[in-house]
Amino acid sequence: MTETERHDYDVLVIGAGGAGLRAAIEARERGLRTAIVCKSLFGKAHTVMAEGGCAAAMGNVNSNDSWQVHFRDTMRGGKFLNSWRMAELHAKEAPDRVWELETYGALFDRTDDGRIHQRNFGGHTYPRLAHVGDRTGLELIRSLQQRIVALQQEDHAAGGDYEARLRVFAECTVTEILKDDDGAIAGAFGYWRESGRFVVFSAPAVILATGGIGKSFQVTSNSWEYTGDGHALALRAGANLVDMEFVQFHPTGMVWPPSVKGILVTEGVRGDGGVLKNSNGDRFMFGYVPDVFKGQYAQSEDEADRWYDDQENNRRTPDLLPRDEVARAINTEVKEGRGSPHGGVYLDIASRMPSEEIQRRLPSMYHQFKELADVDITAEPMEVGPTCHYVMGGIEVDPDSGRSSVPGLYAAGECASGMHGSNRLGGNSLSDLLVFGRRAGLGAAGHVESLERRPAVRDRDIAAAAATALAPFDTPSDPADAENPYTLHSELQKAMNDLVGIIRTEAEMSEALDRLGKLRERLRDVVVEGHRQYNPGWHLALDLRNMLMVGEAVATSALLRTESRGGHTRDDYPTLDPAWRRRVLVTHVTEDTDSPADDTVAPRVDVEPAERTPMREDLLALFDLEELEKYYTGGELAAHPQGGRSAP
Amino acid sequence: MSYTGRFRVWRGDTDGGALQDFEVEVNEGEVVLDVLHRLQATQTPDLAVRWNCKAGKCGSCSAEIDGRPRLLCMTRMSVFGTDDVVTVTPMRTFPVIRDLVTDVSYNYAKAREVPSFTPPADLAPGEYRMQQIDVERSQEFRKCIECFLCQDTCHVVRDHEENKEAFAGPRFLMRVAELEMHPLDVADRVPAAQEEHGLGRCNITKCCTEVCPEGIKITDNALIPMKERVADRKYDPLVWLGRTISRRR
Repeated sequence: MTETERHDYDVLVIGAGGAGLRAAIEARERGLRTAIVCKSLFGKAHTVMAEGGCAAAMGNVNSNDSWQVHFRDTMRGGKFLNSWRMAELHAKEAPDRVWELETYGALFDRTDDGRIHQRNFGGHTYPRLAHVGDRTGLELIRSLQQRIVALQQEDHAAGGDYEARLRVFAECTVTEILKDDDGAIAGAFGYWRESGRFVVFSAPAVILATGGIGKSFQVTSNSWEYTGDGHALALRAGANLVDMEFVQFHPTGMVWPPSVKGILVTEGVRGDGGVLKNSNGDRFMFGYVPDVFKGQYAQSEDEADRWYDDQENNRRTPDLLPRDEVARAINTEVKEGRGSPHGGVYLDIASRMPSEEIQRRLPSMYHQFKELADVDITAEPMEVGPTCHYVMGGIEVDPDSGRSSVPGLYAAGECASGMHGSNRLGGNSLSDLLVFGRRAGLGAAGHVESLERRPAVRDRDIAAAAATALAPFDTPSDPADAENPYTLHSELQKAMNDLVGIIRTEAEMSEALDRLGKLRERLRDVVVEGHRQYNPGWHLALDLRNMLMVGEAVATSALLRTESRGGHTRDDYPTLDPAWRRRVLVTHVTEDTDSPADDTVAPRVDVEPAERTPMREDLLALFDLEELEKYYTGGELAAHPQGGRSAP
Repeated sequence: MSYTGRFRVWRGDTDGGALQDFEVEVNEGEVVLDVLHRLQATQTPDLAVRWNCKAGKCGSCSAEIDGRPRLLCMTRMSVFGTDDVVTVTPMRTFPVIRDLVTDVSYNYAKAREVPSFTPPADLAPGEYRMQQIDVERSQEFRKCIECFLCQDTCHVVRDHEENKEAFAGPRFLMRVAELEMHPLDVADRVPAAQEEHGLGRCNITKCCTEVCPEGIKITDNALIPMKERVADRKYDPLVWLGRTISRRR
């Protein structure tokens, strides 16, 4: 066997989307030698798909906006389950992070006075999303990518080596986190996709920024990369996940043709004036404003239409309710027989503004429908339906530093948890990446600087990781048992989609866990053809163990939460239960020393409830008591200045 | 509507390879990438294809379909007849790694050679003021998804490996133009465009514009204006006089 390639860094960032790149920039600017490892080419990460914008209370379009209003909107969107500290930091720091992008060269759309323009979006009180048409994610990732190149150019000018202090390992997949004898982070093990050769990174700090889990579902807006790697790596390294039952189904994905089912249609269509209609032509969202939002949304089409031009005297259209509400409403319309021919509803912008205006504001959407569905969105309505889009749940982190419970392990972005509570508002993801990417970079840098000695990777862990990675090339004892990774993947996606999807019941989730258990056994016999060089079948076989662990975390958590909240809707427990508001569900690997051998491939998980820390009083005081009473139990509001009832 | 489509896909690696024939199910509304995925799932599990978003936004799945540089995810099967043989080959300008996957590191090397955005030294974050009309030109270039199809098709490098060293290619000449036209960039990028990035080698045949999946007018809006700026600088008598005088001092 040839010697394994080895590298030594101070900080290892896994994932090259917005959070990973922003974290790496921070660590490098702190003078640390930093590596970024990513499964795709540099600049292709999922952030590129974000369309609508990046939420930050800059107040450029409506000067009434402030961090306090943004904070309130975020907590409401998450149905008050959010980590309030993360929501606070996010609302306060997002404007600085957006302005910083301009120093990297970003070119956002402008207001008449030359500042960054901001657009309306679901759940945001004021126009708040910095944007570039409907390709904001591309602008964000390109700006960060170009900042990384700028830092590499500085190093090149100083010492002749672009990669002296910041290197991108593209098309390289990490399969295991490595620790030392004391349980501290020591590095990571992975393989080059191109050659299949193994690579070992030594680093005392690892930042997970791997994004989401959408590829565990059949209908999703997510790319192949979203296999829950960071979630599963963290679990296997001994960290906890939180809130895994909360999966966001974006209300508007394409529904036809079948091959593009799930591809995202930006919320910006509705933010800019598009409306949802059923097969009768009714704007059905007016019938779906839930009690907790009563009074905050327009009650007539006239008022809703006036709101686009006069926000002081009118309330916003219910087409812009938070995503969970809109997705459920569409689901109900279709179920009750008022859907479109291909099982969605209509999203109409064609009748609402001139053709040129649509093409200018929503060029990618125009292009996407024209090219992929033969639909001219300036002339006819789009057909849309819910698609798995985002996971609110993720690695349990300290809000200020992104630190997990494992010394040296950090997380930021979609694979971390807390910021969005039970439901994320559109536009809060791009800002989340920037705010908490930077904070994780700072946290990891601080950790490395405080170390007295560097943890060492253990040879036996490397050997074990290599053996696990190569197992799919071995034929099982009975060749008739050989399983195809593509078949297992499609069965897993079907189980999650059909049984742990947008509307859930106890019976279906139990069935899902049953099916996942069988898939776990079959995964042992997965066999791939060919050799290790750029072999997608092998890559999928290794990603499957992550998807399986994440699927079990989602289904187990969802089964335990006996209420409906945000991205978790139970048909058998259809209402919000205030007693559940402060309870979060924590997933960790089962501590069972007698586990069978296959459990080292995809260790089993347990889920347990824990309490969220009560909100700081000054933040609680930002809300009216009357609103809080819709979410909280009486005793929790004793500290509110409006004289909440004292604890019983 | 489903039918059995005929595909001819290049398979091989750095040691060489050949076109292989396949018959595979094709369904209504599908794109070429869907069919390649079906080949992976049913006939050739190790067929190497690079892809990501499957929505024309990330620029990963570049290849050549019937010899034309295209995104696999944005080429609908409906543009072919049911009897057509669809030939899929890797991008020709870049070295093959395996099957349809090529080594595009040339592009990342060129990206590093373009000096980064240089804002005015005294401008604080949050103080940037630009008019929409002034950012629109550079915004057009920033629509680029870095699929590198323009690099692939450009005849300066397509069959001339020896030109790669001195030529940044349309994508990165456009990057120079993007920064040159950025309202707040203070660096002078005109001389380097000609002398370091090889702008003079471009003879505006517009092949890059033709293959751009984002519809960016690379030649008309980026390359020709840069050429004009170079020409103004070189041949403008006033500029010449000014330079000569300042040299005398």
